[in-house]
Amino acid sequence: MLRDVDLSGYEKVTAKNIPWEKFITSGHRACQGCAEVLAMGMVMKAAGPETIVCNATGCMEIITSPFPQSAWTVPWLHVAFENAAAVASGVESATRALERKGKLKKRPKIIAFAGDGGTADIGLQALSGALERGHDFVYVCLDNEAYMNTGIQRSSSTPYGAMTTTSPPGKKSIGQRTWKKNMAMIAAAHEIPYVATASPAYHLDLFNKVKKALAVEGPAYLHIFATCPTGWRSDPAKSVELCRLAVQSKVFPLYEVVGGQYIITQKVKKPKPVTDYFKLQRRFRHLTPDAVEYIQSRVDEEYARLEAFEKATAPLEEVAEPPTEG
Amino acid sequence: MSKQAIMAWEDLALGTAILSPGNAKELRTGDWRSLKPKLDEEKCIKCSLCAMYCPEFCISVDAEGFYRPDFYYCKGCGVCANECPKDAITMGKEGE
Amino acid sequence: MGKRVGLEVSLAVAEAVKLANVDVVSAYPITPQTHIVEELSVYVASGELDAEFIPVESEHSAMSAALGAAAAGARVYTATASQGLALMHEILFIVSGMRMPMVMTVANRALSAPISIWNDHGDIMAERDIGWIQIFAENGQEALDLTLCAFKIAEDKRVLLPMIVNIDGFTLSHVIEPVIIPDHAEVDAFLPPYQPVLKLDTQNPVTFGPVGVPEVYTEARKQLEQAVIGAKPVVDEVLAGFGAAFDRQYKLVEQNGKIGAKTLFVTMGSLGETCMTAVDELMAEGQDAGQTRIRLWRPFPEEEFLAACAGAEKLVVIDRALSPGAVCGPVASELKSLFYGRPGAPEIINVIAGLGGRDVTVREFKEMFALAGSGKLSGNYMMWGVESHAS
Ligand SMILES: Cc1ncc(C[n+]2csc(CCOP(=O)(O)OP(=O)(O)O)c2C)c(N)n1
Ligand code: SF4
Ligand code: SF4
Ligand code: SF4
Ligand SMILES: [Mg+2]
Repeated sequence: MLRDVDLSGYEKVTAKNIPWEKFITSGHRACQGCAEVLAMGMVMKAAGPETIVCNATGCMEIITSPFPQSAWTVPWLHVAFENAAAVASGVESATRALERKGKLKKRPKIIAFAGDGGTADIGLQALSGALERGHDFVYVCLDNEAYMNTGIQRSSSTPYGAMTTTSPPGKKSIGQRTWKKNMAMIAAAHEIPYVATASPAYHLDLFNKVKKALAVEGPAYLHIFATCPTGWRSDPAKSVELCRLAVQSKVFPLYEVVGGQYIITQKVKKPKPVTDYFKLQRRFRHLTPDAVEYIQSRVDEEYARLEAFEKATAPLEEVAEPPTEG
Repeated sequence: MSKQAIMAWEDLALGTAILSPGNAKELRTGDWRSLKPKLDEEKCIKCSLCAMYCPEFCISVDAEGFYRPDFYYCKGCGVCANECPKDAITMGKEGE
Repeated sequence: MGKRVGLEVSLAVAEAVKLANVDVVSAYPITPQTHIVEELSVYVASGELDAEFIPVESEHSAMSAALGAAAAGARVYTATASQGLALMHEILFIVSGMRMPMVMTVANRALSAPISIWNDHGDIMAERDIGWIQIFAENGQEALDLTLCAFKIAEDKRVLLPMIVNIDGFTLSHVIEPVIIPDHAEVDAFLPPYQPVLKLDTQNPVTFGPVGVPEVYTEARKQLEQAVIGAKPVVDEVLAGFGAAFDRQYKLVEQNGKIGAKTLFVTMGSLGETCMTAVDELMAEGQDAGQTRIRLWRPFPEEEFLAACAGAEKLVVIDRALSPGAVCGPVASELKSLFYGRPGAPEIINVIAGLGGRDVTVREFKEMFALAGSGKLSGNYMMWGVESHAS
């Protein structure tokens, strides 16, 4: 399962060479404190101007493109909700053919953006197809844990217990009844060169993951956590803090999967209780202590599993001698 | 022409594309603001974190090295104030 | 001057696509279209065609990838049928709305349920409003020729729209016919390389597919409507240019049988050839019979059709699709609105026939003619050849 991944084209981002040039302008229409547009803007800063963007329907498409104004300064294409990966694979194939035929000097970078609904639900088939076919592009899922554009409906990426407009808590329901779908691991199961989770609160980590995702040949998948203050019923000022708390509480661990090798990029040594993260959001306010306890134990378990993956996929220190006969 | 229309159909670009990239910067989102960030230069260490996390991408560095919002866009979300490691930004009521 | 070969029509279409030097083929298998894209993948694998073949995981993605490729400035081809076309439905509107030229073959096939792999026009009739140029081929040579013309029409600066070439599934797609395959040089002279007007280009960034607020949506649709209507003279011009270059003439609407006949069959697609034989026999029997074949379906060639039907008193319109609960079949419905209020409008008799691979024979066409003549075909439409206890 482990394979070599060529990261020779990757330039490390440090505090000294932070990319500041923006490719999504101010004047976009996201809500106050939207961490999804913040995350998308960060990805674009790391990607640079030689990039074509394919955007799924969703908040990010709506807030950056109401005619006649566009917040995009790179070529941008929005087609529909469920097909950003398929659209990107068409763009990628075209640039390949045109480059080969001498009609295009250099293939640009290609990034597809979609929300969690556009990725984990309605767009999963198109995404799987594009990853499996091996197109050279980066797919970015901007995960605000619900269908925000249509008014905060649940998705398969909505966390257990959360209140949304289609997972309302009630006498017979806790809220969201299912555990969050593990999209990053589903992407990793395609054995593509690079998969990572990221958070805008860890900007250097995020920049570097974008750079690596773009550097590898073939598909890369980034799953970026993004607070939606409107949908989570949280204080807009706390958006980045929530992104940080999700990591510090192990709710959303930051890791990468490079050629099959799991690497936790932000080790959580002294985790905060999930309640620290929950209490800033009204979507979890109805949860009973029992429910919180269950969530805490499952969060811990999943983090332990991730650590086990890291251990299990770490390169062997010494190559063992092949066993001899007898 | 209907009063409701932005332009005549003949003037639309092919496929209703937008040919002026980044023209959303004409939009004054600063109108949305009810709270306004205020910088205390004494406390600021010019670390740029406020600019890094501003969801409007509207904070930039001035001639003296201070990071300042462009109030044409600043929506007053308060992220910068919350993230500033030195508590150099406070949110006050707009217009005070 | 090309070479004459006996070839399965699907492969003739693939030849045309190869001759057109496409950059990207994005397709998903479905009977009866598969032979076309299988052949294209062989050309790409052998290097005979320098293109990217995207073996997508669904037709929805086939059309989405085709759109992405067209937006990036490539010449794009795809093919589908029936359930596959239905699965593309959502994206078809977006391709035309965004004015992305491309060519698609639809090997017409019935829609489920019950599932049927056989021919009728139910698939394409559900896509009448997608804003694509739509044309019907009747035979193998025409399928090849119209495919070449389709690229030239779609990419014309006055058009810039996607185009569908319909070929009847099996009855046309899978038959072996003699076809002339033009020389590559001849095709290159006829079809210059594609020069996109707008494309995804980092040197000249544009925003494709913005939100169509109420203050622009109507104007955006007007732009599309005008492009589709305005395509008609270009189709005419390109077909005429093709005729001059290759000595094979195609018109938007064709006539055969007795010109000025009182009773005309109206057909679209390969059933027209069977009908033609029936009309010939009827004429030999001294009957006042003719036929109008609609080649261009969108934009509908109103003037040409009216001229072709001048003097007719009865039109026997064959629809190969059922529109349950509608006043009549889709083609008849189009023609009724065309003739409404016109002085001397003919009576329109609508026969729904040939559904899901049901054969319509020469004898049956002649029966229809007799029934129409005796006034026994009345009502809004009649479903032909339905086995029933009532009959
Ligand atoms: C085929 C289709 N179904 C449904 C919709 C309606 N729709 C548009 S965006 C959206 C939800 C988007 O959610 P997500 O992908 O998570 O993005 P977000 O808005 O949260 O950023 C839905 C349901 C659509 N546009 N197309
Ligand atoms: S609803 Fe949420 S994700 Fe959408 S723009 Fe507003 S804050 Fe951002
Ligand atoms: S985050 Fe605070 S300390 Fe850092 S530059 Fe901004 S205002 Fe100054
Ligand atoms: S209040 Fe929000 S929008 Fe205004 S400068 Fe601070 S972070 Fe940016
Ligand atoms: Mg979402």
